[in-house]
Order: sequence, then C-alpha cells, then structure tokens
Amino acid sequence: MADALLAVDRVSCWFGGLKAVDGASLTAPSGRITALIGPNGAGKTTLFSIISGFVRAREGAIRYAEQNITGKPPHELARLGIARTFQIVQPFAGLSVRENILVGAHLHHRARDSALAVADRVGRDLGLIDLLDRPADTLTVAARKRLELARALATEPKLLLLDEVLAGLNPSEIRDIVPVIRDLCRRGITILMIEHVMQAVMSLAEHVFVLAEGRVIAEGAPAQIARDPKVVEAYLGHGAAAKWGASHA
Amino acid sequence: MKSFAPTAIVIAVLAAVPLVVQSNATLNFLVVTLMIALAGQGWNILGGYGGQYSFGHAAFFGTGAYVTAILQMRYGVNAWPGFAIGIAAGAALGAVIGALTFRSGLRGSYFALVTLAFAEVLRIVASVAPITGAGVGTLMKLELGARTFQFQSRAAFYWAILALVAVSLVIAELIERSRFGTWLVAVRENEDAASALGVDARKVKTAAMTISGAITAAAGCFYAQYFLFIDSGIAYGTWISVEALLTAIIGGVGTVFGPLAGAIVVKSLGEATRLLIGDAPGLDLIIYGAVLVLVIWIMPRGLIGGFVDVRKFFGRKSVRQVRHG
Repeated sequence: MADALLAVDRVSCWFGGLKAVDGASLTAPSGRITALIGPNGAGKTTLFSIISGFVRAREGAIRYAEQNITGKPPHELARLGIARTFQIVQPFAGLSVRENILVGAHLHHRARDSALAVADRVGRDLGLIDLLDRPADTLTVAARKRLELARALATEPKLLLLDEVLAGLNPSEIRDIVPVIRDLCRRGITILMIEHVMQAVMSLAEHVFVLAEGRVIAEGAPAQIARDPKVVEAYLGHGAAAKWGASHA
Repeated sequence: MKSFAPTAIVIAVLAAVPLVVQSNATLNFLVVTLMIALAGQGWNILGGYGGQYSFGHAAFFGTGAYVTAILQMRYGVNAWPGFAIGIAAGAALGAVIGALTFRSGLRGSYFALVTLAFAEVLRIVASVAPITGAGVGTLMKLELGARTFQFQSRAAFYWAILALVAVSLVIAELIERSRFGTWLVAVRENEDAASALGVDARKVKTAAMTISGAITAAAGCFYAQYFLFIDSGIAYGTWISVEALLTAIIGGVGTVFGPLAGAIVVKSLGEATRLLIGDAPGLDLIIYGAVLVLVIWIMPRGLIGGFVDVRKFFGRKSVRQVRHG
C-alpha cells in the first residue's frame, strides 16, 4: 500500500527457543483504524513492543512515514509521532491525573503553561475533566484506561498503538469509549489496535490482521475475516471451521 | 503557579537567627546542620525526584572537599575559584558515574551498591595517594579574610552556608516546575511508561546525577573551608552518604524543603540524645536509631510528606462540610 504510515516487513523475534513473532508483515494505512487480532499468546503484544521500540526485532524491518525505524529506542519513536498504550495500564501512580497527562504533553511543549493547556484539553476530550486532580492510583479501571489513552494522545501522535484498551471494561463502558476512538481517527490519527472485543473490532476497524503463533494467517475486512475458516480454526482448533460451517448451514 | 514565597520566607527567618543567637556552639551546630541539609538536597535531586537511591554521595562530597583543598594548598588557587572548581568536579563526577551506571541499566539496590563502591574506591585511593596527603590528610592554611573564604565570625560562615542552601532550594523549585522535573519524576514512577511518552530516561537520570553531584560537592567544598582539615575518612566516609540520604528520607523525598527539615530534625535529635544521656556510651545512638525508625514508621513519606497528608485530610473535611452545609 502506497499510503501506509506504518509497514512491518517480515519481522521475527524469539526468546530462547520460543519464536514469539515469526516473519509477520502488516501495514497501517494513513488515517485509518487497523486491528490486530489473534488468540492468546499469538505474539500481538510482542509485535507491538517491537514496533514501539521496547523489544528488538531479530529479523525484518519496520518503516514509518517513509523512514526505517527498526531498532530505534521508544523515546525517539515517540518524538517521531508513535505513541502506545500498555495492555496492563502503567499510570504514574504517585502523580495526579493532570500530572500524568502533563508528562506526555511536555514532549512537544517545553513551556509549563502550554503543556498544562494541552494536558487539560486532552483530559477534557477524554472525559477526565473532573478527575484531573485525583491521584492516578485511585481511579477505576475504566478511568485508568482513559488516562492511558490521554497520556499517549498528549504526545500528539500520528500513529497510535492501542494494546487492548477495551479489555476489562463492561459493555456500557465499551459503548462510551468506542466513539472516542473513532473520533481520534476522524482527527487524522492513524490507529493500530490489538483487541479481543470483536464487537468493537467489527464496528471500528476497516482492515484486520490475524496473528496466530507469531504469523499473520489472514487479513481483510472484518466481516470477511470472521468467516475465514483459517481464523476460526486458529481460535477454536483444527476442524472447528467445518463443524461450525455445518451447524450454521 | 506556585511562587517562591515560602522559600523566601524560610530563608529570611533563618538569616535572622545569628542576630538573636550569639553562642558559638549553637551557631556551629547550625552551620553543620545546614551543610548536611545542602548535601541532602543534592541526594534529594537524584534520589527524591529521580527515584535513584544512591548510597555513595560521599563520592561527591569528598571530591568537592579535596578539589577545593588541593587546589588551594598545592596549586595556590584562590578559595573562591577553588570552591567553584570543586562544585564543577562534583558535577563532572556525577555525569561520569551516571553515564556508566545508567548505561549498564543498573536500578534499585544494584544502583545503590555501585554508588557505594564508587565512594569506597575513592576513599581508598584518597587514603594512599600522595596528592591527598594520604593517611595524614590535607591541612589547610589558616588565613582569615573574605578573600580566602575564611571568616572570623561563625555568623559569616552561617550566612555563607545559608546562601548555598537557598540556591539549592531554588534549584529544587525550578526543577519541580520544569519539563526536566516532570520527566525526572515520571522516570521515578515508571521508566517504561515514561520512555513510551518520549522521555529519554538515561539522559534525564544522568542530568539529575550531574546536578545532584554538584550540590553535594558544594557541601564538601564548604566543609573544607569551614574545618580546614580533611582526610579520606571524613571526605569519602560512609557517614556523609548516610547523613545525606537520611535527612532527605526523614524530611520527605522529592520535596523542596524535605532535606532542610530532615537535617534540622535529625541533627537536633542526635544532639538532644547525646546531651540527655551522654554518660552511657552507645545508648544515645540506640535511642537516636529507635526514634528514626519511629518517624519513618509513622510518616513513611517524611516530615513534609506527612504535613501535606495532614493538610489534605483537613482540606477534604472542610470541603465536605461546605457541601453538606
């Protein structure tokens, strides 16, 4: 794809004898929402860690905005416009919500006042306005997820990597946050998301990559992916697709 | 935006003390207390704000002291530039130790142990190297006068160390409200999350250790000027590493006034127990230790942290009353 903001090209990574990511390739087109799904242990988070610079790829290359970013450390990637959230939220526990967001806002705003203005604006956008002075470790799970998102957004990213921001939320909280993510995309931020909540993937993503055992086994539009026998088998086991097809015929 | 008013008030009040207190013994006690507060503030920049607990700040204290003393005694450098070069040497040492330890990714207790090792190596080198006077130590020439940074009156020394403490308080305040300070605290809280937000953790920590080294070295420079004698056990001894971290921890890590408050309490406590039960050898130390444990137990965030908690508690209560009223 010519207009891909991010292109992961045959990336592999292994820990000891375990191949976590095995020649995986994917692209995230500019201004779109792309989803990465797959069963537990498929290597999705490892692939995210490689893209965001926390883990080094042993093989393959990553291109972002027409440049090779393979092996760059996380803070340099953040400066280039790649922000990530963590699957297990990592708030700065001792700081207030505002101070948490401020850390991200300072990336492109050296002056305290303008960074604070950005932090407050992002906090308001994500519905954290009433919680800005609360210590981060007193927040509910849903608010922590929003804070994780807010901090990443405060760095004013071009590419946002979301690692299961919906996990652990109840259906009504998910309904609240889905439009927030859609709105980010509308504002021009390219999104690559790992997600298990299929209802959200279906409604948000335009293109889905399926990772299983470190390999991309399928890609396509969400509806098409959901019918793909290879995908059904990856989730439910060998032969499941045939049975599933038969019972739904 | 927070103002510098509290710092100005505290300094003004402390500056007035020699106008009231004339006793040399008391002034001497206060000078040493402020010197420890300064060393503690240095520790606090790295340990309190950056979360990197050093057990070897003697390395900076001793380097400041030795550089000042040796420049004056062996190279005929004037005391004032000698003092400045001593501070610069502390900063340089901080940058070097920081670059080495943080590059190797040392954290937590490993970092503490390596800093202790650096201080001990310097102590051993200083105890044998001819330039430091080896085991005999370095005795400085008594030459009273403002030009030589040797004052006749204790009050003048008191104001000199108070000025240094004031500068260190302002540095801490400026760090607190700067981007650098925000990033430093973020690294303390969660290094991975900070680097995902664009913080170059290694650079930030090394910068903090440079500033930290400079401030603690200033305390060492002052020690040399004040006592005019140093040896390896004084300059690079564990005592100063412990005093620096203790004052900051008791006072409240990562707060502007923590080290100052901590130094006053720790030093007063030590003095009081020594005076009250001076006869039984060691008993004062036991009581001193027990009280310290108690303070940390009751106020794990230190005196300033405890104060903030109490104020918050009452603040919340009053808000609640307003809502119900």
